[in-house]
Amino acid sequence: MKRAELSEEVLDLRDENCPFTFIKTKLKLEEMDKTVLRVTFSDETTARDVARSVSSEGHEVLSLEKTEEGWTLVVRKRG
Amino acid sequence: MLTEEQIRRYARQLIMPEIGGSGQSKLLDSSVLVIGAGGLGSAAIQYLAGAGVGRIGIVDGDEVDITNLQRQTIHAGNLGMNKAESAASFVRKLNEDVEVKAYPTKVDVENVREVIAGYDVVLDCTDNFPSRYLINDACVLESVPLVHSAVLRFIGEIMTIVPGSSCYRCVFPEAPPPGSVPSCQEAGIAGVTTGIFGVLQATEAIKLILRLEVLENRMLYADLLTMEFDVIDVRKDENCPVCSGRLKDLREVSYVETCRIE
Repeated sequence: MKRAELSEEVLDLRDENCPFTFIKTKLKLEEMDKTVLRVTFSDETTARDVARSVSSEGHEVLSLEKTEEGWTLVVRKRG
Repeated sequence: MLTEEQIRRYARQLIMPEIGGSGQSKLLDSSVLVIGAGGLGSAAIQYLAGAGVGRIGIVDGDEVDITNLQRQTIHAGNLGMNKAESAASFVRKLNEDVEVKAYPTKVDVENVREVIAGYDVVLDCTDNFPSRYLINDACVLESVPLVHSAVLRFIGEIMTIVPGSSCYRCVFPEAPPPGSVPSCQEAGIAGVTTGIFGVLQATEAIKLILRLEVLENRMLYADLLTMEFDVIDVRKDENCPVCSGRLKDLREVSYVETCRIE
């Protein structure tokens, strides 16, 4: 996995299923102090679904790409 | 922080923007007192417990009777048991996150303020005018938000009273003379009516805890035969003896018949 930046939180949800992929992403965004979350999923569909859901809650999707580990979504927490 | 089990238990509401993790924490840290574990209370308690309201108090001095089961489904299998204890046993089975306390007694002038103090919200799920006025007056004196409901046959009403809003006495200063309005015992009550209004009361309690909009200065009145639901604006009575601050002690009031305050 790409080395996490100091200002980032990292979450590995490759073993999690819907809807917990979104719920755990959402809970992490709610409770974290840092502004950027890097979260990895097992497949593209899940990553795209979660990207859509976090956007609809007002967070900003910075990137969504295939990585060595799976599919990685980078989100900036809503201000 | 929610546990893994709590994330699974509350998944369907954690996913909602109105609740989420912070709303769930508010619910788990909150307390609701349900006065009356009959038709209204039986419905309300089940959904408060399901939602994860952290502390639920249940007040009822009666025992479960065969005539109750048509609407008070929380008491399944508990004929003869005290209703507060019976409802509490349901809560313990449904959700271990909830700390439940049964008060196997009736509220009266002497105990009501002590019982409601320390709860975040009170639900009036009683079935008679003296109890309604007593609970309204006590909640106003203690500054505890109250959700009132009353039902008969296929009709019902509900309103929420918060510090500073109109109270039940602003809308109905005194009870109708005894005998002029039929009670549920005389007129009948459809089980579904208690279920719907009890769940509406639980909804209001949950929204009060989540700081969402409630039926403040409004009364919902519904006729389930015609399915007409009306929301009526109600006004605070500046001369209301209770919420104007004039009443200082419940012992000044006689909670019988019309429950009038001179």
